[in-house]
Amino acid sequence: MVLGGDEPTGSLVRPYAVTRGRTRPQLEIALEALVETTARGRSGQFLGGREQKVIVDLCGGRLQSLAEIAARMEVPLGVARVLVADMAADGLLAVHEPTGFSDEDGADESVGTELLERVLSGLRRL
Amino acid sequence: MNSPADTSRVTSAKIVIAGGFGVGKTTLVGSVSEITPLTTEAIMTSASEGVDDNNLVPDKSTTTVAMDFGRITIDQDLILYLFGTPGQTRFWFMWDELVRGAIGAIVLVDTRRLADCFSVIDFFEHRKLPYLVAVNCFDGKQLHDLQDIRDALQVSQDVPLMYTDARNRESTKQVLIKLVEYVLSMRRTRTVGVG
Repeated sequence: MVLGGDEPTGSLVRPYAVTRGRTRPQLEIALEALVETTARGRSGQFLGGREQKVIVDLCGGRLQSLAEIAARMEVPLGVARVLVADMAADGLLAVHEPTGFSDEDGADESVGTELLERVLSGLRRL
Repeated sequence: MNSPADTSRVTSAKIVIAGGFGVGKTTLVGSVSEITPLTTEAIMTSASEGVDDNNLVPDKSTTTVAMDFGRITIDQDLILYLFGTPGQTRFWFMWDELVRGAIGAIVLVDTRRLADCFSVIDFFEHRKLPYLVAVNCFDGKQLHDLQDIRDALQVSQDVPLMYTDARNRESTKQVLIKLVEYVLSMRRTRTVGVG
């Protein structure tokens, strides 16, 4: 089984159709950012289409990353990013950004260290 | 509902799994992930951001790059993702996004094709992303001395180098633990150095 095939498939036809052609999200969202449906999203009254319904259901239980949303909806990452950013702007989803560890993130060192220690003990418990 | 009490602290982290094509990256991710590894695709179009040589790409060109990833719930409010890199290094545009904010990387190595990971190691060193080298033992045989591999890869003595069996959950777990310990020790050294 080769999941991560190396050759471009070229099989996607106009993937940005569901975003009405927009390729730039309202909000930059990291691959691993966690997405959660808000109460407003759960109410179902403000949903704009089939994709929004799917995302609200997907993120209504356990937290899902942007990458998971894209994979489970079988849409390219960029498409999921535009959809999620729109819904976050409408208050249907909450986006929890990851904690960055690179120096260039200007990340708070102590926060990063505490998180690393939590990751380490979590891995040891596996 | 299922929301954690203090949602403002919900966050995630990621570790990058790199190496040449067919070296076992997805196998490694799958051995420890709580979900069957998923595949996400990124499309590079002329509208893509963070692409340095965009003008070299003809208009309307779309290249699809697939990445496999897995998930480990550390705590209710902390989730760790393992992202396998696209096999070929010509897809550098995706790597920038992959490594941004990552804890570090595991370079999975097949000793029969050592050269496959040279460019990957160069990339991590250039980006100052902490990494370790895990030598995948395909048939459970440790064919090479680790020091010989270190010499061949030209990685410094500080970089952890270990054998692994990418199919084995416990083995993968040890590699991940080693990486996080290494990153933590680098931070402590740096703090001591400053103080």
